[in-house]
Amino acid sequence: MTKIDNKKTTRKLFLLAAGMFAFAFALVPIYNLVCEVTGLRGTGKTEMLFDQKADKTRLVLVEFDGIVNSNLPWEFEPSTRQLEVHPGEVASVSYYVTNIADKEVTGQAIPSVIPWFGNQYFKKMACFCFEKQTLAAKESKEMPLRFYVSKDIPKDINTLRLSYTFMNTDKKQ
Amino acid sequence: MSTTTMNATHSHDDHGPLKGWRRWLYSTNHKDIGTMYLIFALIMLFLGGASAMAIRAELMYPGLQLLDPDLYNNIVTNHALVMIFGAVMPAAAGLANWMIPLMIGAPDMALPRMNNLSFWILPAAALMLILSFVVPFFPGGGSQINTGWTLYPPLSLKVGMSMDFLIFTIHLLGVSSVLASINIIVTIFNMRAPGMTVWKMPMFVWAWLVTAFLLILIVPVLAGGVTMLLFDRHFGTSFFDAAGGGDPVLFQHLFWFFGHPEVYVLLLPSIGVLSQVIPAFSRKPLFGWNSMIGAMIFLASLGMVVWAHHQYTIGMSSAAVNYFMIGTILISIPVGLMKFNFIATMWRGSMTFETPMLFAISIVIMFVFGGLTGVMLAIVPADMQYHDSMFVVAHFHYVLLPGAVMALFAGVLYWLPKWTGNMYNEKLGKWFFWTSLIGFNGTFFVQHFLGLAGMPRRIVDYSIQFAEFNFISSISAFVYGLSHLIFLYLVITTIKGIGTTKAKPRSWEGAQGLEWEVESPAPFHTWEKAPKIDKEGHYVK
Repeated sequence: MTKIDNKKTTRKLFLLAAGMFAFAFALVPIYNLVCEVTGLRGTGKTEMLFDQKADKTRLVLVEFDGIVNSNLPWEFEPSTRQLEVHPGEVASVSYYVTNIADKEVTGQAIPSVIPWFGNQYFKKMACFCFEKQTLAAKESKEMPLRFYVSKDIPKDINTLRLSYTFMNTDKKQ
Repeated sequence: MSTTTMNATHSHDDHGPLKGWRRWLYSTNHKDIGTMYLIFALIMLFLGGASAMAIRAELMYPGLQLLDPDLYNNIVTNHALVMIFGAVMPAAAGLANWMIPLMIGAPDMALPRMNNLSFWILPAAALMLILSFVVPFFPGGGSQINTGWTLYPPLSLKVGMSMDFLIFTIHLLGVSSVLASINIIVTIFNMRAPGMTVWKMPMFVWAWLVTAFLLILIVPVLAGGVTMLLFDRHFGTSFFDAAGGGDPVLFQHLFWFFGHPEVYVLLLPSIGVLSQVIPAFSRKPLFGWNSMIGAMIFLASLGMVVWAHHQYTIGMSSAAVNYFMIGTILISIPVGLMKFNFIATMWRGSMTFETPMLFAISIVIMFVFGGLTGVMLAIVPADMQYHDSMFVVAHFHYVLLPGAVMALFAGVLYWLPKWTGNMYNEKLGKWFFWTSLIGFNGTFFVQHFLGLAGMPRRIVDYSIQFAEFNFISSISAFVYGLSHLIFLYLVITTIKGIGTTKAKPRSWEGAQGLEWEVESPAPFHTWEKAPKIDKEGHYVK
């Protein structure tokens, strides 16, 4: 009698363990969903500005910063280090990128905003970070970014730092 | 050890164990497998201890003396993994194997062949773990595992092939502990003697039941996480690689979804041990029986959903941070309840102070230190300062050494007469207790101050103003490390019966439970005929 019981219980427990292994993989889409819903991560989508009236009463300082991951043979630098903008005002800056390798390389810029809770107020209308960028050997390029700071940005955030890390997407060269 | 079973008196229908190495390799006997688990854990304890000594030797003086930074971090990684997966978990599994069938009146574990498998995976896993440490020393072996036991990407994506050894080690260890947990649950559910209802089971059995469920729920998640790491490293996926749209922070969530409940996996068997030891030497039943079970289940459930308090600094929404903070602080309620139950059990008991009891009392006190610093670390704004400092190191050693390791020592000393048939030398036991108590507190108490003053963890060198406390910590660590040689000597002399007295079936005056109804040493086969148990849960001769 106990033998049959043992088999049943064992099978159920094995199923539970297998279910938890699958749950680990299910956490990947769940995690991405949570990040997008809470605004912790940019959606990578183009933001539109409908209300053209900027809030002239305040200024937000935006700082720009460019980092290249160690396995990408590029040079990457913003043309402007910092810019003061009114919330709701559209601004443009550009970044200079140079491939110093002797071959074509593809990279992807990953943005991050500091402080992290300011991310949801930094709206990108056009950005080179929306897609992968390919540079031929020794090629240089100017890469544009158009953005605005949303008008509902809390009063206590006066500075936003936008930091890009350019990463190599050519896996296992 | 073999002498203990040779003399077994009732061998009328008892074919006895196989001879030589076959006895151990082919073993399906819960006592032999329990013994092997415990010996394996002891070997791993000395290996992990050696790496701890190397760490403290390097940190004795500021500057670089013995280890270069990568090797130092590799040793830190190795120390954590060997101690958690090699020493504490197998030792707890060894106690479970030995004691659960004896305590519930079962002839053996429910799935004896699987029991054999779950033990014999461990030496293979240990070999892989050691390889992951030594491979970088060979030409072409790649870089050292300098990530710490948390294996966070992107660093872990860049480590050389030794990381692959480590990932497979974790897979093997995971399989082993899931198999062992399934076995334990099936045994507890289906193999109890008639009359032994779940509400009459000894607390140690209850503690292991909760632990085994926790293990089945969390270990597969870690296995999944490191599998993704392996895929990112070799098969072009981007779970954690930001370049391909992945997120390294996701790994932290997967890791701590396992990693936080894991501390309860280490703690709960020890709570079970204390629930046997304290009533035995207080000569009183355990206070607050139902609340103890409730506290363990509450602790395990709540422990599953507060993992992100290890990651306050990653930038979560304030709602999430608040939730994890409040959840974490709530954990102190069941833990506090357990401690009050232990104190109330001792209250007005006829206490005697044999070594297991001395350990138990010191654990109740020292675990509260670790618990209180845990509450400090749970508070988000405070944690922003303490994060990744030596304060955290002091905190988790105060939780894990009393809460897991020392309680296992208490359990081993408590049941050693039952296993070997000999009472260990009480004088040696007391020496071991006092040296390890002084060594432990000297090592870790000063690290609180170091952390608050700003010394970071996982860094091989430190600023000159931290020199005195680090020196005290290192000297105490050597005392603590060496004290375990007394324990080793004590165990060997007890097994061999040198300078010991014979143990009675009920080796301790106040000890309660079915395990004390069989002879000492416990015969190779016990409870082949299920014991009779009356309505109160007591054994009927």
